[in-house]
Amino acid sequence: MTDSLAGDSSGAVFGGPDNFAGGKVISLATKRLLQDVPRPDAGDAVLRDVVSGAPFDGAVTGFVLSCLPDSEAPVLWVSDRMARRENGRLYGPALAQFGFRGQVLRVEVSHPRDVLWAMEEGAACAGLSAVVGEIHGAPEVLSFTATKRLALRSEQAGVPVWLIRSGDHGALSAARERWRISSLASDTHPWNAAAPGAPVWEAELFRARGRAPGTWEARHEPATGGRAHRLGLLSRSGDGQVAQDREPAADLAR
Amino acid sequence: MSQQRTLPGDDVPVVLSVQGTHGPIVHAMSAEAARRDVVPGARVVDVQAIHPDLHVEQADTQGDRALLERVVMWARRWCPWTVRDREDGILMDITGAAHLFGGEARMLRDIGQRFRMQGLSARLAVAPTRGAAQMLARYGGGGVICEADDVEVALAPLPVEALRIDRDTVRLLQRLGLKTVGRLMEVPRVALMRRFDRMAAEVNPLVLLDRALGRAGDPLNAPEDAVRWLARVRLPEPVIDPEPHLEALAADLCRQLARAEQGARRLRLTIYRVDGEWRSRDVALASSSREAAHLVRLMAGKLEGIDPGFGFDLLTLEALAVEPLALHQDHLDGSRDAGKDVAALLDRLTAKLGPEKVTWSAWCESHVPERVEGRVAALAGDARAAPALVKERPLRLLEPAEEIAVLYAVPEGPPARFRWRRVAYLTARFEGPERIAPEWWRDRPGTRLRDYYKVEAGDGRRFWLFREGVLGDGRGSDPRWFMQGIFA
Repeated sequence: MTDSLAGDSSGAVFGGPDNFAGGKVISLATKRLLQDVPRPDAGDAVLRDVVSGAPFDGAVTGFVLSCLPDSEAPVLWVSDRMARRENGRLYGPALAQFGFRGQVLRVEVSHPRDVLWAMEEGAACAGLSAVVGEIHGAPEVLSFTATKRLALRSEQAGVPVWLIRSGDHGALSAARERWRISSLASDTHPWNAAAPGAPVWEAELFRARGRAPGTWEARHEPATGGRAHRLGLLSRSGDGQVAQDREPAADLAR
Repeated sequence: MSQQRTLPGDDVPVVLSVQGTHGPIVHAMSAEAARRDVVPGARVVDVQAIHPDLHVEQADTQGDRALLERVVMWARRWCPWTVRDREDGILMDITGAAHLFGGEARMLRDIGQRFRMQGLSARLAVAPTRGAAQMLARYGGGGVICEADDVEVALAPLPVEALRIDRDTVRLLQRLGLKTVGRLMEVPRVALMRRFDRMAAEVNPLVLLDRALGRAGDPLNAPEDAVRWLARVRLPEPVIDPEPHLEALAADLCRQLARAEQGARRLRLTIYRVDGEWRSRDVALASSSREAAHLVRLMAGKLEGIDPGFGFDLLTLEALAVEPLALHQDHLDGSRDAGKDVAALLDRLTAKLGPEKVTWSAWCESHVPERVEGRVAALAGDARAAPALVKERPLRLLEPAEEIAVLYAVPEGPPARFRWRRVAYLTARFEGPERIAPEWWRDRPGTRLRDYYKVEAGDGRRFWLFREGVLGDGRGSDPRWFMQGIFA
């Protein structure tokens, strides 16, 4: 179940007349499926919005941590007072569980205005591996224009920016990808059936630029021999292609 | 600790105390206490027994020394070489400087007057050698001017303590009947040399006497003047807005710093208003820098609240602290160093938001979850890697932990149903308990142990709960339940 497509760069085999000349036939369903699996952990520098499906849910934080680039450069983590009060502070000792190796530079301010300012400053700084901001609710300063500024800054400097929004569902945003994350029942614990196991989240991409939205079952995959830690996504879109999802290479060879 | 207090009147003896080997001892005393024969070094309790109306204050020796250091530099208004003399004196080499003030007598009067204007009392003496000058200032009458030929005559009546030899030597000399410097000078040198030849030069009465009389060299070694890194702009007309002048100031300052291969760590911008007032703003930097554009950006953010009054016509930019910063090329292709970018970011964040808002994590060895992670200001400390985890910990920690209402609990287990923030939760799965005992070396007596449970609610959210204490541990009534963290 935990196989993922996130790390396979299979974009090159699609499209173009060469493939047809070679006699490869690709079913549309497979193509759609493969292309549509987003790769948020690739670290490309855009602004992404993550909203929480339920209040007081740690899934959002876990999802963002799994997507951060595998780097020792510091991460700027900005939060406003309401977000800290609602969801608690980020707890440093637990970050290593999600494969996080760098340092967290915390900026803990009270007003969302300062959060946005600090995020903008951070997004312009190429020495950071990522910028994460947390804002609770829908304050007026978090307007479409503010998110647009963040998005442009991020793309200019090449720093991925994540905006975690809790307690807000429908506000406008210029983010290139918008995710909604909620917890699912966790995996079975390997030794104790009564205990919760590894966390599983439902990741819904409800708005994205140049990509179809979808829903996936997401989990953090720890680093194993030679492969960095990453986010595993498993389709839940309901088009019944899970079998192909698992064996994309075999499917293509047909 | 600058408390404003009224000191008692002149008729009450006041002493300053410092901590001695066997309790507090007298460090310094007021004139009234000196009149009542209180001596420095006496134990405060003894003096209090003799004078019940004694008023005792803590001495601030470090503050005194810092003040004296500043006064030493201030005293360079009279001559170029000044140096601190132990804890309570200033030595000035006025060779060739006295005539600028109209002679030694008038210079001495000027010095005394200016010290009084500062609220300081000073005992002054002028002598051909520094040894003689300090002896006359401390033990002679006030305002003595001793010519080169009169040194022996002037020093003769002073007690031997004036030589600043240790107490044992003083006692020895007194036992020998040598109570004044004059008597010491009369004794044949050969006899004394035999007794004192093993002593170090700093405490040897004969060497000190030779120095005071000018028979041995005793030069003054004054510290260098501190360099001021300062750029200023004088304006022909008073203006309101300092911002347009910042760039020129920063460029000037950076040029000075570059010439000396230094980088600024702390900056101060001061505006001098036409009404005689001045206002200043300080900025600290994460790493030394002499990049004009960076300094301008930092300063520009701090100028919002500065009150220009009716305008100002002089503004200065000063580097208060500098560090050596050699020329350095990052990369051949001209790309920038990532670490430098982060340091500049730290500067900007700290300058705008304040040092307590921009932090790295500081780690503490503890099992109590909320103690593990502390904060250290980003400019003050370094980022350190987190300690390795033994047990699974939640990603988010509520500070402080919030009490939850348990609706139904399994005995010796987690709550099956609980209410937190007005919402009821049903426990689907749980793990635990993990027991964390109070740290007796840190916690107050009576702190209860905690049993932690990782609990998964019906909809998949995972929480970290703990029960404080167990029933019948003798540390309070029924144990209470708390919510402390949220797992991913």
